[in-house]
Order: sequence, then structure tokens, then C-alpha cells
Amino acid sequence: MDAIQTRSLTKYYGKARGIIDLNLAVAEGEFFGFIGPNGAGKSTTIRTLLGLISPTGGSAEIFGRDIAREREAILQKTGYMPSEAMFYPGMRVRDVLKLSAGLRKSDCQREADKLCERLQLEPSRKVDELSFGNRKKVAIVCALQHRPDLLILDEPTSGLDPLMQREFFDILGERNKEGATVFLSSHVLSEIQRNCSRAAIIREGRIIACDSVDALSRDSTKRVTVHGHVPLEGLEGIRDRQDADGTVSFLYSGDMNRLLRAFADGQVSDLTVSEPDLEEVFLHYYETADGSREAVSEGSGRQTGSTGGASEENQRTGSTMDASERSRRIGSIGDVSERSGSQIGGTGKSGFGKAASVQKDCGKDGEEL
Amino acid sequence: MTLVRHELKQGRTAFIIWTAAIGFLLAVCVFLFPEMKGQMEDVSDMFSSMGSFTAAFGMDRLNFGTLIGFYAIECGNVLGLGGAFYASLCAVGILCKEEKERTAEFLLTHPVSRRRIITEKLAAVLIQITAMNLIVYAVSIGSITLVGETVPWKEIHLLHLAYYLLQLELAGICFGLSAFMRKGSVGAGLGLAAVMYFLNLIANIAESAEFLKYVTPFGYCEGADIVDNGRLDGTLIIIGMTICFVCIFIAYLKYTKKDIH
Repeated sequence: MDAIQTRSLTKYYGKARGIIDLNLAVAEGEFFGFIGPNGAGKSTTIRTLLGLISPTGGSAEIFGRDIAREREAILQKTGYMPSEAMFYPGMRVRDVLKLSAGLRKSDCQREADKLCERLQLEPSRKVDELSFGNRKKVAIVCALQHRPDLLILDEPTSGLDPLMQREFFDILGERNKEGATVFLSSHVLSEIQRNCSRAAIIREGRIIACDSVDALSRDSTKRVTVHGHVPLEGLEGIRDRQDADGTVSFLYSGDMNRLLRAFADGQVSDLTVSEPDLEEVFLHYYETADGSREAVSEGSGRQTGSTGGASEENQRTGSTMDASERSRRIGSIGDVSERSGSQIGGTGKSGFGKAASVQKDCGKDGEEL
Repeated sequence: MTLVRHELKQGRTAFIIWTAAIGFLLAVCVFLFPEMKGQMEDVSDMFSSMGSFTAAFGMDRLNFGTLIGFYAIECGNVLGLGGAFYASLCAVGILCKEEKERTAEFLLTHPVSRRRIITEKLAAVLIQITAMNLIVYAVSIGSITLVGETVPWKEIHLLHLAYYLLQLELAGICFGLSAFMRKGSVGAGLGLAAVMYFLNLIANIAESAEFLKYVTPFGYCEGADIVDNGRLDGTLIIIGMTICFVCIFIAYLKYTKKDIH
């Protein structure tokens, strides 16, 4: 039985697109990644699955139960962590955890204590006084303390420091080994690649690719890095070309024999050919507006198991993208002020007072920041 | 009951403030009565020369020199208006506050049906309003006893019952509104209570606007009518309670199908 199955699941907000004809199957025990940029429909999918919003069309089942008719039974076995961890004002962490357990009619005290200890979360703190990262920890404990069979996590790591992220994924890994299904929505591709066995890519409300993470990364496209001088002009299928200090690096999805002939004609002092990472594959699906339709139709085919290469349109286009453009499109790298002048970074664990320092220096409260 | 307890905790501060304020003002009014009783002839003469103003508050038909006449006007206004504001505030944000405070994803992703959420939130509103009325009633009886006056039990019971029903009706209407709203709600609740209050004043002043008594719940809380007749107006109360139940029913219909953002 699938943990999650959607059939042509569609949601429109009035005339605005939410998700369209979403067909997705997540097997029990899977660690599944759900990738897409802001506004692609990730949260709409999750909110529909959890019954917060009603679908405009199609249907979905969780553990074989219909999301519309058997919502409570589904939620009893599900733990959800929202992207924004907000709690009722004036409550202490322990009260929030107790309320969550009470609403599930279960005693989760022992598990909650264990999780709080691992995540270094003080139950006596008031939630209003917590940093964003620490509020995220409260949300993690709420999602995990009843040991659910399905974990639905929406952008779970934003706000968590790297050490906590590692601890968090260790916990998820343990739960997954014990049989829990994990549905991880994120636009941080590295964490999908590190943790998930399968992933789906959503774009403009539609699934455009769904396969194992290895298969998605094992695109026929290769990352080629060559030192020396090679005549690449006229070669089709080159993308994301970056030139620096006698080294040229690019994604290649064209005819390999033509590339080898180009190398033979040039002066090569060093050559590396590697699999592209998931981030590069992800960009491939998003890179050209003109190629969008082709990418969608090809992606639909891939949901049935095909692991074909890049769309012909993209291969022909051979567009390039510099690092800043890539950063802009992914949107997963921490936002940095683009104003002129110097930029000063601050680092520290969650709850170490980064936000408070900035508030003190800037004379602003947290909300304004 | 988890959600009822949670809502009661969330509303605890507002409950204490409103109950203390209404109870205190009511007690102050009662404690003023012995001092004012001797001056009531002058006061009554003054009121009788104020035309529509006296009619608006029912002072043309009540004797200010008796405890019940004084209580029905002074204390009636304190409990009527204060209670109406509190009941409206209590109910108008109860269903939409999760969306406003962005805690909807917390509450509604727990295995609790929407119907149960509505029922428990409604129960919390009713408990708070009932508790406030019981405390205010006790304060009122205690104050009257302390100033050495005989408690006019029947009239006091009828007045307090009328104000309790008024609060229930306003809470029911606001509860219905709450199911439709997503953000700001305090203004809507206070505004509704104030409009209802002024509609009753208009109905008291102008004969042509008497039909407004069928619209506003303050219509069946008119102290002069209650004291004169020795009973509540059943027709107005049936209309009021019907409106209350319809609004609550609409809240169930709306909230169980509402997209929560």
C-alpha cells in the first residue's frame, strides 16, 4: 500500500493556479523528496493532503484512506511540520507540546523529553521569546512526539543551524529505518540528495519529473571540466558554461563523439567528466521559459519510470547560466542584502542570540526584521 | 475537552478584566444608590424635562427613587453594554483567530474534526459568558444586601436573565461572523454590539422605529418593560434565539468546508 497517492489532484484558488493534475505515489517506508521553487505548489499539495484546503478536482489517499472523508484517521498517523512554526501566544514550550499530545489523546511525555534533549530545547521557555530556529524545534517535537507513521515536512530546515540540521536528519533517518514514511518538501537540493531515496520535481503546479534521486541525477548530461584550450564553438548541447583561468566547465548533453573530436583538436592538460548533481538537474527543468511545455510533457512521461535525457529544446538551446543567476533561480541560498556597501555575516547556533544582536544594533524589533 | 480548556486559558485575561470591570461598576452603582435615594425627587424632575433622552433609556417609565428602578437603568446599562461588548469580543475572533495568528496549521493538522473544533470553541464561549454572568449576579446581590436594601428577586432575576440571553444572541451572531472572517474581527464585534445598542435607543425615541425592537436584542432587555410587566417578552426572545441558533448553524456549515489559509 502507498503511504501517499494522488490522482489528478487539482487545486485552484479562484482563477489562480495551485496544483494541476498532480499524480504522485509515495510508497510506505520511503524517504521522499518534493522539490520546487517558491510558488510551484509544494505547500498547496501538502495543505490539500492534510485537509486544510479542499481540492478543486481529483482525489488523494493516505495509507489507503481518502483525504476528504477520513481526515481524522489520517492525521492520527501523521506528523506535520509547517514551514512557519507559529504557536498560540503566552504559552510555554511544554504547554504547546502537551496541547498537541492532548489533541491526539495520547501521552507523549517520554518521547517529547527525549526529543527536547536531543534538540537542546528548553520546555520551560515561552514560545513568544523563542528565536525562529527554536520555534522550528518546537514544531519538530510536535510532529515527532507521537511517533507517526507518516511525516510531512514543509521546508523543515530553514532557520535551523547546521548542527541542528544534522541532528534533525539523524532523527528522521532513525524514524525512517523504523518504518516511518518521510515526505520532505524543500528547495534545498543538497538535503534532498543526501537524505531522500526518491524525489519529485514540481513546476507551476505540475509534477515534471518523479524518480529515484540517483536516476534524476544520472541524466545523460555530464559535467565536463577541462584545463587547456578546446574549440567548443559549434558544439550543440552545452549549458551552464563557466570560463576561468584557462579552465572551462560546462554541462554537456550532446553527441559525445563530437565532444571527443573537439578535445582531440585542442590542447587538453586535464579533463574531468562527472555526473551532474541534483541542483544542476533541477536547474535544467527550470532554466528556459520557452522550453517549459516540452519539459512538462517530457516530465510527465518520466513519472512512469523513464529516465530520458534533457529535452531536445534544452539541448538545442544550450543556454548558459552564471553563478548569480543560478542562485537567484534556486532561491535556497540564504538571502543577502543586495544594497550597496559592505555586507557582514553573523553565524551561530539556534538560540545563540544572532537575531537579538541584530535587533540591538539596528534598533528594530524582530517582526520588523 | 482539551480544546475547551485551551480556549479558556487563552481567554483567561480578557475574562478577568471584563468580569472585574463590569462587576466593579455594577457594585459602585449599587453603593451609590443609598446616597442618591434622597435626591431622587430632584433627579426625577430633571429627567422629566429632558424629553426624548429619558424615553431613550426608559427613564420616563421607571421610578429612579426605587432600587429596582435605579438598578434597571444604571446597572442595566453597565451590564447591558459591558456584557454585550464582552460576549461579542469573546465570540467574534474564536473561529478565525487561528488564521489571523497563523496557528491554523498547528490546530487543524491534529486529528480533531472541524465539527469538534467548532463545538468545543462554542462551549468555551458559552462557559465564559455564563461564568461572567454568574459572578456579576453574585456581586450584584451581594452589593444590594450590603447597602441594606431588600433584594427584588423576581425583577433582578428577569433583568439578569434578559442580559444573559442578549449576550448569547450577540455571541451567536458573532460566532457565525467568525466563521467567515480571516483577519481583523475585534472591530466587527464591538461595532455590532454598539449598533444594536443604538438601534434600541432609536426604537425607544421614535414610534415609527419601534420595529427595530425586533432586530436588536436590547429590545427584550428594556428595564422599564421588564419591571412594568413582571415578565420577559417571549416573542422578542424567540426571534432573538432563532437568530442566534441560525448563526451558529451557519458557522458549522461554513467552517466545516472552509479553506484554511
